[in-house]
Amino acid sequence: MSEIVGYIFIFIGLGFDVFGCIGLIRLPDVYNRLQATTKCVTLGTCSILLGTVVIQGFNTTGIKALLCIIFLILTAPVAAHALARGAHRSGVKLCDKSVCDKYKEDKEGSS
Amino acid sequence: MKPKFLSWFLGLLAVSALLLFASIYPIPSLLKWQSPFLSHCFFILMICFGLCLIRLMRGPTPADRAVSIDTMGILIVGFCAILSIPTGRNWYIDIAIAWALQSFIGALALAKYLEGRGFDE
Repeated sequence: MSEIVGYIFIFIGLGFDVFGCIGLIRLPDVYNRLQATTKCVTLGTCSILLGTVVIQGFNTTGIKALLCIIFLILTAPVAAHALARGAHRSGVKLCDKSVCDKYKEDKEGSS
Repeated sequence: MKPKFLSWFLGLLAVSALLLFASIYPIPSLLKWQSPFLSHCFFILMICFGLCLIRLMRGPTPADRAVSIDTMGILIVGFCAILSIPTGRNWYIDIAIAWALQSFIGALALAKYLEGRGFDE
């Protein structure tokens, strides 16, 4: 029974991974691609690790997988924010359909 | 309104067909695993990895390549987590934690390089 629940978690995570990577291919802009992949792939990988916890139970492998989930949730958004900030400061243009650019307004207002 | 809904529906259908095909199609297994479902999961993750490699090859700006490399680093954690189930060895999760740490530091270094600052500021 616990194996079947774990396999269902793993399959949901694989679906999120596939949708995130299709977003990496299809979307028009660096910021859109970052916004698609950093959420979908992080949540998908956390779901795969949660399936591992459910299958293995609370032995060493399960507790290490829980630690890995906490670590991923803490670090992946920080890396994504740093990448977006670096891309904006290196002068990557937004795509043509973009509505507003709050970071640019903020920088012009402060300086 | 209507063609947009139709294209969304067709895209969802195509993605579901791809997932179903990848989970049923018999692949030549490298290892004799006890569960065939996990080798199909491995196959689907390799499809995701190929999509990231396409973006890595034809990204117009360096920021696209940095995003693709960061995504691949998170996918490898999923690879290690899936490998730890049929083999029953718990050091694959150790590799996953170390790889997540290394990918995080690599992404921060790439972001600092994109900003144009030095590494010792």
